[in-house]
Amino acid sequence: MTTVEERLLPSAEPVCLIDQYGVPHDNPPYELPARETLLDGYTQLIKGRRFNEQASALVRQGRLAVYPSSFGQEACQIAATMVLREGDWLFPTYRDSVSIMSRGVDPIETLTLLRGDWHSGYDPYEHKVAPQSTPLATQLPHAVGVAHAARLKGEDTVVMALVGDGGTSEGDFHEALNFAAVFQAPVVFFIQNNEYAISVPLAKQSAAPSLAHKGIGYGVPGERADGNDLAGLLAVLGRAVEKARNGEGPQLIEAHTYRVQAHTNADDATRYREDAEVAPWLDRDPIDRLVKYLSENGGLDDAVRQRAEENAVRIAAQLRDGLMPEPEVEPAELFAYLYAEQTQQLREQAAFLRDELSREEA
Amino acid sequence: MAHTKISMAQALNQALRDAMAADESVVMFGEDVGALGGVFRITDGLTAEFGEKRCFDTPLAEAGIVGMAVGMAMNGMRPVVEMQFDAFGYPAFEQIVSHVAKMRNRTRGRVQLPMVIRIPYGGGIGGVEHHSDSSESYFAHTPGLTVVTPATVEDAYGLLRKAIEFPDPVVFMEPKKLYWAKEEVDLGESVPEIGRAVVRREGADATLIAYGPAVPVALEAAQVAAAEGRQLTVVDLRSVVPFDDETVCAAVRRTGRAVVVAEASGFASVSSEIVARVTEKCFHSLAAPVRRVTAFDIPFPPPKLEKYQLPSVDRILDAVDDLQWEDS
Ligand SMILES: Cc1ncc(C[n+]2csc(CCOP(=O)(O)OP(=O)(O)O)c2C)c(N)n1
Repeated sequence: MTTVEERLLPSAEPVCLIDQYGVPHDNPPYELPARETLLDGYTQLIKGRRFNEQASALVRQGRLAVYPSSFGQEACQIAATMVLREGDWLFPTYRDSVSIMSRGVDPIETLTLLRGDWHSGYDPYEHKVAPQSTPLATQLPHAVGVAHAARLKGEDTVVMALVGDGGTSEGDFHEALNFAAVFQAPVVFFIQNNEYAISVPLAKQSAAPSLAHKGIGYGVPGERADGNDLAGLLAVLGRAVEKARNGEGPQLIEAHTYRVQAHTNADDATRYREDAEVAPWLDRDPIDRLVKYLSENGGLDDAVRQRAEENAVRIAAQLRDGLMPEPEVEPAELFAYLYAEQTQQLREQAAFLRDELSREEA
Repeated sequence: MAHTKISMAQALNQALRDAMAADESVVMFGEDVGALGGVFRITDGLTAEFGEKRCFDTPLAEAGIVGMAVGMAMNGMRPVVEMQFDAFGYPAFEQIVSHVAKMRNRTRGRVQLPMVIRIPYGGGIGGVEHHSDSSESYFAHTPGLTVVTPATVEDAYGLLRKAIEFPDPVVFMEPKKLYWAKEEVDLGESVPEIGRAVVRREGADATLIAYGPAVPVALEAAQVAAAEGRQLTVVDLRSVVPFDDETVCAAVRRTGRAVVVAEASGFASVSSEIVARVTEKCFHSLAAPVRRVTAFDIPFPPPKLEKYQLPSVDRILDAVDDLQWEDS
């Protein structure tokens, strides 16, 4: 018999299978993922990193309205989707573009909202990725609903619901965890604790021993992982997904990572933190350690590196070509989708705008 | 179905029962809606008949209830949720405004949310604080929502069936003071369309425009007016959104005078919107400014004082008297 604490509390230290020096560690019951998986992860990390860099560059050129980068958090972004099956769902936030892209969504469509458009770009049903949510934590109850509906329909879907450390203070986080636990909904709540919510550090956000500890209050097992260790994340998230799929109910995972860059391009991080705080995190980069490990343990040959680099070049080119400085806009579309059947009032307003535009053109 | 005498609460219950029997994807959930059957008994017997998977209690958290309904609707269900009372729907406001109302639009129609949020609303039942709000204006102001409110037993049944079948989210406002009013009805005989108002009474002299709990008061006023020699048309909106300009304006043009009757506070409300629309569209047919009978702009008062807050027959008749009649 295990005690409640053993069942629900996270491990004392974040699970780490490959440390920042590329050294592997035993951490039962978690197992190091297969080399093929890690090589695939490496390729995706390189692509994700390039996506982040290119998107930030496009903001500077005025081709994206804003970009909340996941630079340094790519291992979390990639692991969240690598552990899912085709029929599973992903519920992302505004910072999770790399995760969305890695799920198979077209990169330009991934950035539609951040480009400043009025719609989410991609079809949520095509890759089972919910539209990005900006109001913090509000996507979490939706994730519970999708999971509960799947269960009622007898489907073995698992839902991966992403949230930031700041988002865990919102009421919807608590309501979603509680609902998921009561209904035993197959949701993996995945907190990317990057230490900051815009300018507010974690210490001012929560007095909990760790964010994964929050699960026990709801009867949800919590676990924590080194958020810059792809191997550990894959093991921890993979196990959580498996448990959820097997009917063991919701799981809460906290990844310890760091927001290396400012909140967005519009933010000035020097106003609230010292560079000295950032420096050690650069040494914990998720890509460096995987490269070190794979180089020493075989597999990361020139062919793999070259393939990864080609992928990265391709994604960067795709973003540059797809995000033109002057995107085409269609004002009439603003009225088209609000209701299944357009109301008389909206028809009149759309006609008004059409008329105004035609007079402008004339 | 034969004519039977039932209450609005029973009609709503029957609508849920019939909708759940007709379509497996319809699920009902909320606070105390299971074994208890809801504090107003609208869900009475549904769990017994359809099982816990189809009608179930949730933890106490309105944002969670509405948010979960969003996810279930995304995944093929038709959830109907109950907010226990008007003022207890406010915790769900963010979900309703930021997601329920916007999901279809922000996914360009790819994600539809066929869900119904049932809200018992309004005063007149001697409710204590936070149990008598009229919250329809908040929802009507939000693009993307459909807001419906029945005033008769027959409409309660028909509109709820329609709301559940509707492809888009519907905020279904139930006038709780009318829950127990019984009428002889033939359920499902005439089914109202969402977005269409109905003329409840014809009269050539002036039009009363009302919705939800104000409709029976307006009808009573029209009856008294008739006895005094003035013939009033009464329009029941049925749907606040979409708004039926056509039916409302036709009635106002026929009569040249109008009074809007609503139970909510008047400032920045559905009633002010109606006055604005009627004035803009029917100005040249109007013989007098459009008047309003609404609640005062104060929080809903306690039971002993609520009669001062609610629209009354006298206030309606006074407003009608004020419509610049040539002979007065
Ligand atoms: C309900 C709500 N309040 C405030 C904001 C503004 N806001 C956007 S991001 C953010 C910080 C969120 O921090 P965290 O959850 O840790 O995620 P991170 O940005 O670090 O990924 C805030 C306050 C918002 N989007 N939603």
